[in-house]
Amino acid sequence: MINVRQRSGIIALVAVCASVFSTVKLAGQGGEPRSFAIKGAKVVPVSGSTMDEATVVVSRGIIVAVGKDVMVPVDAWVIEGKGLTVYPGFIDALSDVGLAAPTSGGGEGNAKPQQPASKGPEDRPATTPWRNAADEINMNDPRIETWRAAGFTTTISAPKAGIFPGQAAALNLAGDWPESFVVKEPTAIPISMQAPGGFRNYPGSLMGAIAYVRQVWIDTNWSTQAEAAYEKNPRGLERPRYDRTESALAEALRRHDVVLLPGNTSLQIRRVLKLAAEWKLNAVVYGGQMGYEVAPELAAKKIAVLVDLKWPEAEKDADPEAETSLRTLRFRDRAPSSPAALQKAGVKFAFYSGGVTTPKDLLPAVKKSIDAGLSADAALRALTLSAAEIYGMAEMLGSVEKGKIANLVVTDGDVFDKKTKVKIVFVDGRKFEVREPQRPSEPPKGDLTGKWKLTYTTPQGDEESTADLLMSSDGTLTGTLINHRGTGNIFSGYVSGDKFSFTINIPIEGSPQDVHFSGTFDGNTMKGTIGAIGYSFDFTGTKPKTAAVMAGGAK
Amino acid sequence: VIRVRSVALTAAMLFAWMTSAVSLAAENAAPVLLIHNATILTVSSGTIERGDILIKDGKIAAFGTEVKAPADAQVIDATGQFVMPGIIDCHSHIAIDGGVNEGSISVSSMVNIADVIDSDDIDIYRDLAGGVTTANILHGSANAIGGQTEVIKLRWGQPAEKLPFEGALPGIKFALGENPKRSNFRSDPPRYPATRMGVEETIRAAFTEARDYKKSWDDYNNRIAAGEKNVIAPRRDLKLDPLVEVMEGKRYVHAHCYREDEILMLLRVAKEFGFKVRTLQHVLEGYKVADEIAAAGTGASTFSDWWAYKVEAYDAIPYNAALMTKRGVIVSINSDDAAEATHLNQEAAKSIRYGGLTHDEALRMVTLNPAIQLGIDKRVGSIEVGKDADLAIYNHDPMSAYAVVQKTLIDGHVYFDREMDILGRPALAQERKDLSAKAKKEFEKKEEAAPKGGETPGSEKRLEEKPKPPQGDELIGGAR
Repeated sequence: MINVRQRSGIIALVAVCASVFSTVKLAGQGGEPRSFAIKGAKVVPVSGSTMDEATVVVSRGIIVAVGKDVMVPVDAWVIEGKGLTVYPGFIDALSDVGLAAPTSGGGEGNAKPQQPASKGPEDRPATTPWRNAADEINMNDPRIETWRAAGFTTTISAPKAGIFPGQAAALNLAGDWPESFVVKEPTAIPISMQAPGGFRNYPGSLMGAIAYVRQVWIDTNWSTQAEAAYEKNPRGLERPRYDRTESALAEALRRHDVVLLPGNTSLQIRRVLKLAAEWKLNAVVYGGQMGYEVAPELAAKKIAVLVDLKWPEAEKDADPEAETSLRTLRFRDRAPSSPAALQKAGVKFAFYSGGVTTPKDLLPAVKKSIDAGLSADAALRALTLSAAEIYGMAEMLGSVEKGKIANLVVTDGDVFDKKTKVKIVFVDGRKFEVREPQRPSEPPKGDLTGKWKLTYTTPQGDEESTADLLMSSDGTLTGTLINHRGTGNIFSGYVSGDKFSFTINIPIEGSPQDVHFSGTFDGNTMKGTIGAIGYSFDFTGTKPKTAAVMAGGAK
Repeated sequence: VIRVRSVALTAAMLFAWMTSAVSLAAENAAPVLLIHNATILTVSSGTIERGDILIKDGKIAAFGTEVKAPADAQVIDATGQFVMPGIIDCHSHIAIDGGVNEGSISVSSMVNIADVIDSDDIDIYRDLAGGVTTANILHGSANAIGGQTEVIKLRWGQPAEKLPFEGALPGIKFALGENPKRSNFRSDPPRYPATRMGVEETIRAAFTEARDYKKSWDDYNNRIAAGEKNVIAPRRDLKLDPLVEVMEGKRYVHAHCYREDEILMLLRVAKEFGFKVRTLQHVLEGYKVADEIAAAGTGASTFSDWWAYKVEAYDAIPYNAALMTKRGVIVSINSDDAAEATHLNQEAAKSIRYGGLTHDEALRMVTLNPAIQLGIDKRVGSIEVGKDADLAIYNHDPMSAYAVVQKTLIDGHVYFDREMDILGRPALAQERKDLSAKAKKEFEKKEEAAPKGGETPGSEKRLEEKPKPPQGDELIGGAR
């Protein structure tokens, strides 16, 4: 067994596993300075006009001064800002960064066979609105670092499986313990219309999902009224039943929470506009990529939109013979023009990572919408203040202003310029320097591509893994690692000379952990060290000839 | 020179047509139109040779051989062509987004096709090209009591909310026999019912529940009316609301069925609960019990000659439509299929050959009869003054195998024009080519620029609503 104390070693290990573009805390805990001053930088507050050679002072997590003639406190750590630009930290307006993998309650089509089939709305399929993202934070999610390194200081993170997956929380992407990430909870009630059931579980169709959500709102409103009547005078009345779903949603309606409804195409957007009015929700639409067709309708209804940054494109391995509809081709072509259309129509909108899994792709995706007509100012606002406004957090986040939370991104140029690099990120006033990858750069002495059998002895006994590696010509390593614990995607992997290094994230003792592999290779053998949750142990690996792998696979 | 001019002219025409098509969405008043010098198949009052139809405000204002048109009327020269009322398809599954069946349960009356009308479905346009102007969009047949249904006009290019046929009574799909008892589709765990007895019991149980539900609302309303204060309203149940509407005559039942025994069963159950079955769909053994169907005042919507695709369809005969018609049943011929819907005129014509129906009787089966079955015959189904200008113009008699639709009008707007369609094809092909080339170029640029490999683990699927390919199960929506 690994006890809590041993597990704390993971923090050190994560630091060691410094990945490409990873960030590292400047100072250890306890000794961190609490005040910083960025002097003489270009400051883009978003809420006001850009200032050259201005100073931003941050103290105890708050922005305490912004301007040209600002006193720098004596205890402040001064950062020379010449050549740097300071932006508000970016907000990923819908994501699941920082959350544990879904454990229960979710549908998403993977209902376990032993669960009884859902036979109607009363079974509350794929419905867990009481789950609160703030209670499910996974500090070991490697995306916390990578998102932060891309300039994102805040995510609106929500559990992701199900029709009513749970409540979203606003998380600042740094903290010493899970709860310290939380900025605001709950921030929104996301709803998906993905019917999980097929022919086995209700609902199994889109119309089933809509009917189900409709019934849930009817039930929620009914129980609010019924409970009020019963509380006033219970005598002679049938007791209203307790229902966890209704209870959580009634609370959300009382708070007037934002309810996120899915709408990507104009058909879907128009549909949810109608449903939002029918259900009388404080609705925000997410998806929004066909906004170029429906922006005026969204504006008329004063509904805000979260735009998915995963622009539609042909699937990589799509059948080249298959004919794509003209409507789809047009959609792929015009989707990035949606933000400009929304802006023009006066619709409030923000961006979210959606299907984007590599955070360094996020700003280039925003750039695409700038190339398609959105002004850079509007794009920046969507990434910051607009997102904060949509979630009612504009007093706390979204601009470089005195009194707001000190979430800042410091770059060496215009943030939408391809060459610009994020240099420093402040989260809650804590400074994170973004490091360039520190990987050796010798040309690889061989190709690691292929299936490798790795054997090693852990504190829990002998183990075996299969690493399916893909090495590109510059030595970058990607692929998967499979063992009895599950499958992990390889990240921050590289080969330099005869050395290699890669990291996976895989469940250990019930929670996802980074496991770091490094060593040397020679032809079809490799040896090295595995580091995980404070332990390290040796491993060896062999790569059977391709034909042998094929034969093995056929057994 | 002449050639160049004619190209310029057609381009101008095309542009004019495309802009007028776009302006449809803006609800522009329909133009005053005169369809000139056509053979008019009125369906309700015979055939008029070399006649005109005047259309104002989307309605038929006048027709005959002595129509006076205002000077500014746009003229469609239909010399040598045939005009008939737009075809009405009483059984269609086009334009449905996200699944035709809610197949998880035996009573899925809470789901509503009206929620998922897909105005972007290309089958709407293809149906228009087959002269169809109105379609009854039905839930699939996986359940004894299926989802709520909706009658739409095929107003291609308009958003989904503009498609419903104004004022048409909503319906609900029932299904009997093999599909609801899942004979051909095993599932784990098996879903009740597994027999025809079970199908009957499922319907009876649902209506018993609905009757109790209605009583609870009646009691509640009575107590409120009597001035009682401490009463909690019953909980609204979306599954039972439409069944109460059926019992109150506010919603039509369209029942998928095949065999005579199950047809009689449903008519008995309906009588027991005091409602009428508006139409029997498919009803391939209807000819065996035509008198009983006629006596119940129930319509029959069937195929012309489609059978033997499963055991319960073995006793079908191509004389079914004609035999039922001759026994006094209102009969329509439906498509149940997007491709079949493009030649319903020919499907209707088959009953002239099989069963000896007259030309007009055959035409009625895809026009006035389905209009009556859907309760919209005051608006559509025949060429009469005051009715909606929903018309199909053919180059030959639509009962001929050579007939091809030239234009299709709804509410006096041209929604399909064969000539314009053909003229527009090169431009669309070019647009497709350009977009594909552009996408390919961008993709290659991205591949070049992209640093190889990623530094984050792939994260899983998100809360996004992206179009999903239809699940295999949905395909049985079209199951007959």
